[in-house]
Amino acid sequence: MAAATKVKAEEASSQGTDADEVINKLSLGNDELLHIYQVMLNVRHFEEQCNRAFRSDKVGGYLHLYIGQEAVSLGVLDVCKPGDQVLSSYRDHAHCIVLGSDPNKVMAEIFGKSTGVSRGKGGSMHLFDKAHGFAGGYGIVGGNVPLSVGLGWALKYNKTDNICVCYIGDGAMNNGAFHESLNMAALYKLPILYVLENNGYAMGTSVERSHANIDLGSRADSYNIPHRKVDGQDYFAVRGAVEEVVGEMRKNPYPYFLDVITYRYSGHGAADGAATQATYRTNEEIERWKQRDPLIVLSNVLRGKGLLDDELNSEMDAKAIELAKAAYDYADHSPVCEPSELYEDVYAD
Amino acid sequence: MAEVIMPKMGDSMEVGKLLSWRKQNGEQVKSGDIIAEIETDKSNVEIEAEEDGVLQTSVEAGAEVPVGATIATIGGASVATNGTAKSQSSSNGHSAAAVAIPAHDVVAPKPAAVSAAPTKDWGPTVNVKYSHAIRMALEEELNADPSVFLLGEEIGQYQGTFKITEGFLQTYGPDRIVDTPISEAGMVGLTVGAAMLGLRPVLEFMTFNFALVAWDQIINHAAKILYMSGGQFSVPCVLRGPGGVGTQLSAQHSQDLIHWYANTPGLKVVAPATPADAKGLLKAAIRDNNPVIFMEHAKLYGTKGDVPESTDFVIPIGVAEVKRSGKDVTIVTYSRGVVLSLAAAEELAKEGIDVEVIDLRSLQPFDIDTVIKSIQKTHRAVVVQEQWEAYGVAAEFSAQIMEKAFDYLDAPVARVAGAFVPMPYAKALEDIATPHEGDIIAAVKKTLERSI
Repeated sequence: MAAATKVKAEEASSQGTDADEVINKLSLGNDELLHIYQVMLNVRHFEEQCNRAFRSDKVGGYLHLYIGQEAVSLGVLDVCKPGDQVLSSYRDHAHCIVLGSDPNKVMAEIFGKSTGVSRGKGGSMHLFDKAHGFAGGYGIVGGNVPLSVGLGWALKYNKTDNICVCYIGDGAMNNGAFHESLNMAALYKLPILYVLENNGYAMGTSVERSHANIDLGSRADSYNIPHRKVDGQDYFAVRGAVEEVVGEMRKNPYPYFLDVITYRYSGHGAADGAATQATYRTNEEIERWKQRDPLIVLSNVLRGKGLLDDELNSEMDAKAIELAKAAYDYADHSPVCEPSELYEDVYAD
Repeated sequence: MAEVIMPKMGDSMEVGKLLSWRKQNGEQVKSGDIIAEIETDKSNVEIEAEEDGVLQTSVEAGAEVPVGATIATIGGASVATNGTAKSQSSSNGHSAAAVAIPAHDVVAPKPAAVSAAPTKDWGPTVNVKYSHAIRMALEEELNADPSVFLLGEEIGQYQGTFKITEGFLQTYGPDRIVDTPISEAGMVGLTVGAAMLGLRPVLEFMTFNFALVAWDQIINHAAKILYMSGGQFSVPCVLRGPGGVGTQLSAQHSQDLIHWYANTPGLKVVAPATPADAKGLLKAAIRDNNPVIFMEHAKLYGTKGDVPESTDFVIPIGVAEVKRSGKDVTIVTYSRGVVLSLAAAEELAKEGIDVEVIDLRSLQPFDIDTVIKSIQKTHRAVVVQEQWEAYGVAAEFSAQIMEKAFDYLDAPVARVAGAFVPMPYAKALEDIATPHEGDIIAAVKKTLERSI
């Protein structure tokens, strides 16, 4: 199992995206490049603070961390523009933050405070931020995929050039709703970018143990949806692939499927500790993937261009920690929800 | 010589309309030839010749003919037959539903049973079927609001399983009349997602039983997104279609699960009993900013009633209506239960028992005030539902009445409900598994046995 995953990682990385080619093609300036790195650091440390909050019993319920997958959120969402609609699963913190949500309010949501993005009603799994195009994180595996058909439908019906981005995990692909939805997305020619965050595991069940056909992207062929495999640890690989397809999707609406190979270092949920993880993966496998940490891959590019040195790296890292801790404090000090809020927003006026 | 008669396509079918003659009077026909097409409320049915001979028609095209009456004879054949016309669905098996849901009983009921509040000032009205009233609401809202669109299986090119959307595709085009694959989760997802961005989709389930396939999208998504998002994303949509029991469709196609929806916060649930209510409530549902379960009843589709022509005719969701005023016992019910209860009330009136019939119309939110007010007058209540008794609508209203009107009650609340079995196919069994007038009459009398 571990060997198979390793092969997959190498296969993806061997596609050899040339960062410079993407940078030049998109005319990404130095400030922009450093900003991307800063946001990625922010997301990483935000998740670390979430973990701390969970360990300190500040966070209830489930907590699904994104650590290791950061390049998948940034690489796709940096291509989005106002009006685009993004759907995620329960591993949704990064998507919300990268779209521009206030990290304080995201953390407050995770703490279950009324200052949260969903006013404390959703929690970690159900972040929503309409103003930033985040149409929500959803807790039922595969349940967000049918919604993508509706969002894509509305964007097309209203004759916009916006797209819907629908993040799913490899587990969602074995849910019936996924197949109904992809068929309809292609049938109606809807502008939906499906981003498979293929981190190798549906909770504790590996792709090899749950998919008869482990070339997951090829399942999009069944619905006549074009697809490609992308190295999810490399920001520029993801960004470059998305930039190539989104322009056409905006002009001539049609779905696209990205099979993004990535990895989560943390357990499925915060409660999935070392002991349970040992039932399905090895420490060696985790360590091997850490060699291709998206932060390392990106920072190496920046260092290669002379944009980043140890000193700046520490400075940026410290800034990210500061932001995440500020979010923690904001959430911690926010007032608890009032009982009177219980019955608010069950029905719309 | 063989007689060709108007076939009986369902228990309570009394008349059928001869749509057209496919073979002309005096024409030589062969066994198996399609000779005529008749209209029932659910589908058109073609009539085949049973034998060879010369066709002699006895009614004109367009005529309404009682079931069992002769519509033609086929002469010159050597062997006479009993002349029971063999019919086949005109859909030729193309639609599973058209086969599975053959033309069934729906005929115009006794006027008393469906005269929805005739005393109201509704302006000009038309006397139309329940199914047509639904069509009127859809048409008016499609015309009034470009954000309204319809989707469902066979609603466009096929012209609608029950013909409710007949002609719509041609009028409104494929962006607004959307034929879908048989993908209920995908259909509801399309509905909910589009509603999140401000459109007002109206989804047709061919029958509401198919909604079970999309249960996660309805309960976990449609109903909860407003709340989970802290009020950011409302989901203004309608999920409509025929439900109910009593058309010999057996276990998977015949059940009343409305209480499941009404048990879920975030959903509004509506179940009209009359054509006027169907129009007014559907318009309200389409304009509502919440997901609305609009539960029609297959056996009501053919019932007729006066319906206001006004495009402003809207009945607010959550308001019950006293369909018959009385002083002795209150019947609380909805959907087809109203028709049964009104018929039972007429029978009871002959015995001097004066029954008040309350049509809830909406099950979520529900109008408990109208119910309590009535019980304060009658002191007795019977709740009528088609669904299984346990945990149902009647259980809820029994509890509500106990909590809010205990001191007014002179007898325990009685329930009339379906038998706790999967619906059997056999007519003899289905009959006893579903509530009838007689059950309601018995329940009313039971509440009157006790007096305090």
